Amino acid sequence: MEETKPQLVKITFDGIEVEVEPGTTIMQAARKIAEADESQAALVPPAMCFYKPLTASGGKCRACLVRVAQGSAKDPRPMPKLVPSCITQVQEGMVVENTTNQAVLDTRKSIVEFLLINHPLDCPICDQAGECHLQDFAFEHGSVKTRYEEDRRTFDKIDIGPYVQLHMTRCILCYRCVYTADQITNKRVHGVMNRGDASEISTYIEKAIDNDFSGNVIDVCPVGALTDKTFRFKNRVWFTKPEDAHRDCDKCCGKTTVWYRGDEIIRVTARKNTWGEVNDFICNTCRFEKKKTSDWVLEGPTKVKRSSVISANKYRANLVKTPDFAIKLADSSYKKIDDTRPFVTDEETIRHQSIENNDKANHRSLLAKNN
Amino acid sequence: MAIKILTEHINTPGIETFDVYRQKGGYTAVEKAIKTMTPEEVVEEAKKSGVRGRGGAGFPMGMKWGFLAKPEGVPRYLVCNADESEPGTFKDHHLMKCIPHLLIEGMIISSFALGANKSFIYVRGELMYVIRILEQAIEEAKAKGFLGKNILGSGYDLELIVQPGGGAYICGEETALLESLEGKRGNPRNKPPFPAVKGLYQSPTVVNNVESISNMPWIINNGGDAYAAIGVGRSTGTKLISASGHINKPGVYEIELGVSVEEFLNSDEYCGGVRKGHHLKALVAGGSSVPILPAHLIMKTANGEDRLMSYESLSDGGFATGTMLGSGGFIVFDETACIVRNTWNFSRFYHHESCGQCSPCREGTGWMEKVLHRIEHGHGSMHDIDLLVDISKKIEGNTICPLGDAAAWPVASAIRHFRDEFMWHITNPHEASQPGAVYQGEMALV
Repeated sequence: MEETKPQLVKITFDGIEVEVEPGTTIMQAARKIAEADESQAALVPPAMCFYKPLTASGGKCRACLVRVAQGSAKDPRPMPKLVPSCITQVQEGMVVENTTNQAVLDTRKSIVEFLLINHPLDCPICDQAGECHLQDFAFEHGSVKTRYEEDRRTFDKIDIGPYVQLHMTRCILCYRCVYTADQITNKRVHGVMNRGDASEISTYIEKAIDNDFSGNVIDVCPVGALTDKTFRFKNRVWFTKPEDAHRDCDKCCGKTTVWYRGDEIIRVTARKNTWGEVNDFICNTCRFEKKKTSDWVLEGPTKVKRSSVISANKYRANLVKTPDFAIKLADSSYKKIDDTRPFVTDEETIRHQSIENNDKANHRSLLAKNN
Repeated sequence: MAIKILTEHINTPGIETFDVYRQKGGYTAVEKAIKTMTPEEVVEEAKKSGVRGRGGAGFPMGMKWGFLAKPEGVPRYLVCNADESEPGTFKDHHLMKCIPHLLIEGMIISSFALGANKSFIYVRGELMYVIRILEQAIEEAKAKGFLGKNILGSGYDLELIVQPGGGAYICGEETALLESLEGKRGNPRNKPPFPAVKGLYQSPTVVNNVESISNMPWIINNGGDAYAAIGVGRSTGTKLISASGHINKPGVYEIELGVSVEEFLNSDEYCGGVRKGHHLKALVAGGSSVPILPAHLIMKTANGEDRLMSYESLSDGGFATGTMLGSGGFIVFDETACIVRNTWNFSRFYHHESCGQCSPCREGTGWMEKVLHRIEHGHGSMHDIDLLVDISKKIEGNTICPLGDAAAWPVASAIRHFRDEFMWHITNPHEASQPGAVYQGEMALV
């Protein structure tokens, strides 16, 4: 018997046509474009609270707001407000403007500003730095200066369980950890207390989170609010080397990424996809207790995006072991700086230049490796 | 004498009891609706009447009822929003306290029209004594056979439940109210799906304001067309206005929509004028969340027409020169009121009441409050004014629920119309931060 396929829905996203299944969200459609053509990755709206594996997540951070210029083929009126692309479903003939619309970009800039006004900006001492979604988001869409002059809100650090520490000051209240605790573990003991900018993630009267999958809240946290106590202050992520690995585990799938420093595993996390999402959650035994290479079957280096800072220092071992390499690298890098662009003070241009420079730096490090 | 639909018998002694209310013609509408009409006919009357939601948004109630999804085998719910917490609005409180049976009668008719067998009245948590009054009234109605199983022998069952809220402003937002009613944290939901499709316990639900529902008995008794004949244009019927501030006679007044603002403010039947020896400086026409207007714009529209107490006339000119009827919180300021201090006060309220779910509102309301606090206390600088305008623009329209808009509008409108006063606060910090200091510069007072 032939299976009836659902009629595909065609939408236009930033001028690119894409066909998706009905019921897909705008965000998923944009990700489909980027998955088909990697050069279009910049089109995808940023997601700070949306997390595909967690149902009901999304719609809270407003970072992914887009403009719908045409609601559908049947009803071509534009939507009156910007809509969150992570939860808005596509309609046949919908026309969406993301990076092509200045209002959307302005709003996104203000969302960065809102998220950062009460953020401590302690990236230099934060364990999440280098793999922080807020850092990426602010780098890409934020402004160089802050207009906020008042005191920032602060909270005390709370130990939730033997493995996880909550540093509420850094939290952006995406609710991902609440959904994780709700959906993949049985006894939910943590949630959101208070309201407004005083609201905080907290456990029931500072009760410890004690179950086999509690460690996953660390992986879903987009910022450094929930950190791994076995890894805290051990290392910067860009000095570590991620390797895919697996082991036989009776509780979870056992598929992980282990993070090496030298020959030592200093951290174990679940595997994240291109969008920073974990599809297979792992148990606490794999995450916190198996830190010997003999515990794992290695599958090879994890694919890290070239733009990620994690890839920038992959060759640190080489730099230390063979000083010649370091000199050659420096030589090749610094001579090739070719910046004939005029001197500008305009904030936007500087930001674009700094992004370009970052790309060039990555490119240079690759060149150096090939030489 | 103007027509009184809701408050005709409100001063009758003992009207809160079933017997007196029945003597004054109460519950005849229930009898008429249940015995002689079909639910569709009741909905049709509501549509004909053109009664608009009295909670603030002004969406036609009949149309809202028409959107209710009616899948087979799924219960439908009616929820009455009595979580009135807008600063400056106190009409529902007055109505429920004085004449509880009117709301209950309206609830029975509306539930019958929507086919709901279980209906809820979500009352603001601070009003415990009103909750007791309502529960008492429900007991009486149940004893007389107007509630419970098999109402008036028609086979229609209705259970009416009064639920106290936890005391949060945000729970007056319909989806936050439903979350709260389900026993969860009162966070607004993302829309769509709208409550008419997936509301309380994922079932189709209608949420209506106390005043909207209380209009139903009159509409059934006199017909929707008679109701539509009252008022002006698409603003049909009467509206309760909570008048407060610097006026001679503060209180709750029932007006026919279309009365001019000037008449409402100055006639002895209503507010009785601005207090003696003072002049009108500014006016908030619909509760704290609508834009504030200076004296010359509230009396006349930008085109020079008289401004009327109606949905259309008050919003004439958009937000540049207009405002909204909102929930009818009529707050009057004379020249002794400091607009900056008042704006800070409103802003403080929204900062306190933001649920903290979406980032623009969570962070933006607090930021605006802090900047306004700084200006009011003499530490502001000129760019703070533009900063406030910019923050309010970035919050407006980008949030999950309308609380973000409600927080942004008063600030944006105060700066739009009273920029001089903000500038005076910044250039004269010592003088302005004294208690009771008010800008005395050029203002159009009426």
